[in-house]
Amino acid sequence: MADLAASAGTLHLLYFAWLRERVGTGEERVAVPAGVATVADLVAWLRGRSAGHAAAFAAANRVRCAVNQEFAGPEARLAPGDEVAFFPPVTGG
Amino acid sequence: MATVRVQESDFDVSAELAALTAGRADIGGIGCFVGTVRDAAGRDAAGGRRIAAMTLEHYPGMTERAMAAIAGEAEARWQLLGCTLVHRVGRLLPGENIVLVVAAAGHRQAALDATAFLIDWLKTRAPFWKKVENADGSEAWVDAREADTQAAARWSKASG
Repeated sequence: MADLAASAGTLHLLYFAWLRERVGTGEERVAVPAGVATVADLVAWLRGRSAGHAAAFAAANRVRCAVNQEFAGPEARLAPGDEVAFFPPVTGG
Repeated sequence: MATVRVQESDFDVSAELAALTAGRADIGGIGCFVGTVRDAAGRDAAGGRRIAAMTLEHYPGMTERAMAAIAGEAEARWQLLGCTLVHRVGRLLPGENIVLVVAAAGHRQAALDATAFLIDWLKTRAPFWKKVENADGSEAWVDAREADTQAAARWSKASG
């Protein structure tokens, strides 16, 4: 797998529920800077992207993540082209 | 193979059961759970509803994958002979159906246990989110409940 941190690759980001409302969009493609290698790195970088992003990620313990449609923890590594989704704990059923 | 669907329209429980059992005589028991929109806030002093509607959002693509994985887990654990999961999305009114879980097995205990497992895991592992629309026009996202997490945890591999 290509290393995202070394390539400054593009990610496809998705936001759901109140994260979507706070960020102000449900979807964006971002070119992340070198050094963003994991989900935790990405969250830290996204916090500085806009006031909306900062509000969405203010309480990181209330945010869940999926990488390529599988649940992923903050330590999960990212690769160029990954689909990364952020959302609150699920409330279906 | 399980039947897994996400849809805006309502489902017909009888039709789903008929589809699952058509032409078969090996099934000995079918567990069925229907989740509905509950108006937990009740009526106000004037007799009007406090909750006007509930809107369900999901993650297209991941939702279907997660539901298929949950169904597959149940099929393997209880040797199910059939399994149907239908989850509605969009704007739903109090009393309307939200989710259907059907599990068919050779005997009742497997069917009943699998049904409970399926709804517990659906509530905690499938990417759906509920937003409540109050009668006064205000809106609020529903918070995940610790009780749901605990209910799902009882099916962890050690005890399952």
